[in-house]
Amino acid sequence: MSAEPVAQEQVTHEQVRSSPAAGGARVRVCGVRHHGPGSARAVLAALESLQPDVVLLEGPADADPLVALAGAADMEPPVALLAHVTGEPRTSAFWPFAVFSPEWQALRWAVLHGVPVRFCDLPAAAVLAMRDDGSGTGEPEGAESGGAEPGPGREDGEPPRGDGEEHGDDGPRDGAAPGTAELLRADPLAALAAAAGYDDPERWWDDVVESRLDAPAPFDVITDAMAAVREHAPALPAAEEERETRREAHMRQVLRAVLKEGAQRVAVVCGAWHAPALSGKLPPAAADARTLRGLPRRRVSLTWVPWTHSRLAAASGYGAGVDSPGWYHHLFTSPDEPVTRWLIAVAGVLRAEDLPVSTASVIEAVRLADALAVMRGRPLAGLAEVTEATRAVLCEGDESALHLVTRRLVVGEALGRVPAETPAVPLDSDLRATAKALRLKLDPLERTLELDLRKDTDLARSRLLHRLALLGVDWGRAAASLTRSTGTFRETWQLVWRPELAVDVIEASVWGTTVEAAATARAVERAGEATLPQLTALVERCLLAGLPQALPPVLRALDVRAAADADVEHLMTALPPLVRAHRYSDVRRTGSGDLAQVADALLVRVCAALPAAVVSLDDDAARDLRRAVDAVHEAVGLWEDPRGSRLWSATLAGLVAVEPGRQGPPGLLAGRIVRLLRDSGDLPAAEAARRLGFTLSRGTPAPAAAGWVEGFLGSGGGTVLVHDEDLLALLDAWVCSLPEREFTDVLPLLRRTFGGFAAPERRALGDALRRGSGARRGEGRSAGVDEERAAPALRTAAMLLGVPA
Amino acid sequence: MTPNPAAPSPGAPGASPAAADGGAGTTGLLRPHAEQQFAAELAALAASDDRPRPPAWRLSPAAVVTYLLGGTLPDGTVVTPKYVGPRRLVEVAVATLATDRALLLLGVPGTAKTWVSEHLAAAVCGRSTLVVQGTSGTAEEAVRYGWNYARLLAEGPSPAALVPSPVMVAMREAQVARIEELTRIPSDVQDALITVLSEKSLPVPELGVEVQAAKGFNVIATANDRDRGVNELSSALRRRFNTVVLPLPGTPEEEVQIVVRRVEQLGSALELPEVPAALEEIRRVVTVFRELRSGSTLDGRTALKTPSGTLSTAEAISVVTHGLALSAHFGDGVLRASDIAAGIVGSVVKDPVADRAVWVEYLEAVAREREGWADFYRACREVTG
Repeated sequence: MSAEPVAQEQVTHEQVRSSPAAGGARVRVCGVRHHGPGSARAVLAALESLQPDVVLLEGPADADPLVALAGAADMEPPVALLAHVTGEPRTSAFWPFAVFSPEWQALRWAVLHGVPVRFCDLPAAAVLAMRDDGSGTGEPEGAESGGAEPGPGREDGEPPRGDGEEHGDDGPRDGAAPGTAELLRADPLAALAAAAGYDDPERWWDDVVESRLDAPAPFDVITDAMAAVREHAPALPAAEEERETRREAHMRQVLRAVLKEGAQRVAVVCGAWHAPALSGKLPPAAADARTLRGLPRRRVSLTWVPWTHSRLAAASGYGAGVDSPGWYHHLFTSPDEPVTRWLIAVAGVLRAEDLPVSTASVIEAVRLADALAVMRGRPLAGLAEVTEATRAVLCEGDESALHLVTRRLVVGEALGRVPAETPAVPLDSDLRATAKALRLKLDPLERTLELDLRKDTDLARSRLLHRLALLGVDWGRAAASLTRSTGTFRETWQLVWRPELAVDVIEASVWGTTVEAAATARAVERAGEATLPQLTALVERCLLAGLPQALPPVLRALDVRAAADADVEHLMTALPPLVRAHRYSDVRRTGSGDLAQVADALLVRVCAALPAAVVSLDDDAARDLRRAVDAVHEAVGLWEDPRGSRLWSATLAGLVAVEPGRQGPPGLLAGRIVRLLRDSGDLPAAEAARRLGFTLSRGTPAPAAAGWVEGFLGSGGGTVLVHDEDLLALLDAWVCSLPEREFTDVLPLLRRTFGGFAAPERRALGDALRRGSGARRGEGRSAGVDEERAAPALRTAAMLLGVPA
Repeated sequence: MTPNPAAPSPGAPGASPAAADGGAGTTGLLRPHAEQQFAAELAALAASDDRPRPPAWRLSPAAVVTYLLGGTLPDGTVVTPKYVGPRRLVEVAVATLATDRALLLLGVPGTAKTWVSEHLAAAVCGRSTLVVQGTSGTAEEAVRYGWNYARLLAEGPSPAALVPSPVMVAMREAQVARIEELTRIPSDVQDALITVLSEKSLPVPELGVEVQAAKGFNVIATANDRDRGVNELSSALRRRFNTVVLPLPGTPEEEVQIVVRRVEQLGSALELPEVPAALEEIRRVVTVFRELRSGSTLDGRTALKTPSGTLSTAEAISVVTHGLALSAHFGDGVLRASDIAAGIVGSVVKDPVADRAVWVEYLEAVAREREGWADFYRACREVTG
């Protein structure tokens, strides 16, 4: 390792500059870029050559007791250190580590070599307390930007993607940094990169540090460069500045303490920005002690949680993060020929999807990547070049194939694992606290829970169980209600707490620190890959689980999927659940303005697509579509939205409007639609009668006519017929008007329809006809009154009544 | 290869000696070639170019990129941008040519594929005229070689009777051959390219000789990716190309500018009566086209279905020109929504059933709700029925 001479030089360097108290101890400061594979490799080499007896890491000082777990066999990155205020899981911060994070490599190295590790940044207790002070409690959970690893972000000397932090509070600072001075402070590497003639700081860092496989460790140069940048960096707002000062004071204090304990060789792994603050002769301890006096503190719990690559990636809306963890992982783990190996892996992904990629193509892709790198003046092809080569050669310009590669490889989904003996995750604490508050016991014995959603406690219980179900923690199973009540306000659950659920909870803790936040994140995640029917179901589940935050993205996904879905039947099946959800969301007290909007858009799409979908259907398709039309009709009725109803009935009317030369919907559907329009009063009864007569006249083929009547009377239409005398009269009149021969023709068709009615319905229908036709028979006779024979009776009646005859 | 005297020989369009640097001035030409029009820029680039050039290239790859994207040279010469679009696309295209791989430019109509290929050829080898225009009638002669039948009959097969195709010329002279509309060429003729691209040689069995490509030979093909189905490239041919997909204009403003400029030019060329091209209407047409094309409203709130047509910028231009003609001859001389409506419906609704549904959905879900679009909505509804 050629770093040795450098380290030697560092010794004299340090000996000259170290404080006398250190007495000849060697301190090696490795200023890294968080999550930089090049940095990680360089750090490992530096550790090997230095063989330190203490390793200091930038990370919360109170995480020291968790260090040993990093060496556990079943600990597998990506993982994150998670700190949260005890009893208040929302106030939390994460420090994520991937395999290729320099801090992780240093941690592993130290644990495996039995070298003590100390985290030297401000303790999480202070970090979370300071945030509490600074921005109040209203802030959503997320890593404190002043935290060690997550915080560094821009002001720390890493490129913007330097590290993951959820909603760190350096956002506003970045936003308000238009001038060069502010830019320098916000992103010192951009300034360095610009000085080196690069327009993109990330590429500069990649070229100078990340892509080097075996060049000497660049830490001294980085420290010097950072010292220069720090000299010219503009001042931060007072609060930030104070926090930065405190962090570095704390780091120095830990370093001093370690030296005082007699350490001879100390390795410090920290963000590049901090390297100058820890190098050389340390300033007097008194000033730092003063700075740190009176730090606010809160009681916090720390633990390891499993993490995912996509949460490291900017692609998941994570804000500052690594946008290509898979690529970095590859850079760190591949022994040689990273570009060739990467493109071979890409070919593997494409072949797995049955896209033919030959070895010859891989060769061409490697050549193109190299040629591009040369043209762009880069020492080695980077992610940009291999992606271009993948697009132009392996994917043949197909963007969707490229997306596949991005998802599978560039982000390269990986889920970490933490050992069983890890302290409880906040999600678990939150679950237990919530369950306790709701008087639900985590009981391994099965029991049944009846909930009445009109009660607040029961509503909260229902939401908790629905949320857990979304998270894949199957504590409760929805069961058929014992009371079989009709209202939407009852739910029945079977509860069993199986011990392995604890593992599910740990796995689910990837999604968030509270049950609500985690369920929201999970729902949004699911929405990304769900089909249209799954999405409507998901909307319902979000409402049931009371996740208002999840609803907008899920609905948005639904909207997008609906736009792309050409199958009108899918759209029609999606609508009723949405309308139902819109209705019962009132019972559940969840806001649903967006819901109405999406349902509205869905209805518009259905109405636009329906006319094209009703023609040329076979019997089965017509039957399916009739069911869908019924469902939508019912939903529209339930919805009570005047514009929607108008649009829907206009569409239906358009479907059955008679236009010469145009093929209408099949009989079954047409009959059904006429009936729906008649029932809603959009079609006069006389017109409906005319159409019935028209359809059943001789010009219509018998099967079509049969379908029409079946559609018109509907399944289970018997009851309607019993109660709707007009309709019955209409049918009766038509049947009576049939000449004998036609009647025999039509009889089988009618039998088929009426045969579908239940026996009591048929009986009631018969009774009604007997009664009704009796009355009508009277009328019928009155037409043929024999005036002569009636005359004496009339006269008698007139006399009795005292009126002139 | 069987020469068929009965076949209407398309001849060899590119075989005519290209007057690339013919002394004749280019002022009288309707449309000069790229290397003629930008001769000064190419010369200045070559003069200031000190980076290594691939064999037979007139410029280094970096200078070719500068030629296409524009820039200012050290000597103060301003190079005009020929192509406005992502830099990386041009870099990939040039790097492809530099690695002696054939380049396939894909894109919907109106995305400057031919334009880019012409300028690439002009910059790389100073000659953009070795072109095979792909049509369904393109015969093998256009890709390989044909015969001068009079000579063939009189003298028998001889090099003098051979009529080389543009591809053959390019191979001999280390030039770039261009093949336009590759997917319109029948599959069997496409296959003739495979040997050329993989073996880099073209045998002439009648004469017992072969033409081997000189260093610097390459092929740029363009294809319309809406027409993929017409004569889909075989995978054997496909994998001999690196593919670069040219996108539609990136921002609405960019597209509005393109439309405004082209509409003005067309208007004066067709000598339409003067009608002030209303920017508002043009913006609306571009908005409709972009939204339907991308399947999403510009604000990203509503997702939309996309119709079967391409809705290219070129079509937007023709809708506006058509509207201008309507308003000039039959309207009140001001471009109004009603003048636009017929044209826009015609270009969106290509398939009477599926596209109509898409269009109605767009009108109802987007146009109807949008502020200030009431006239447009009404006019379109009227035309759509």
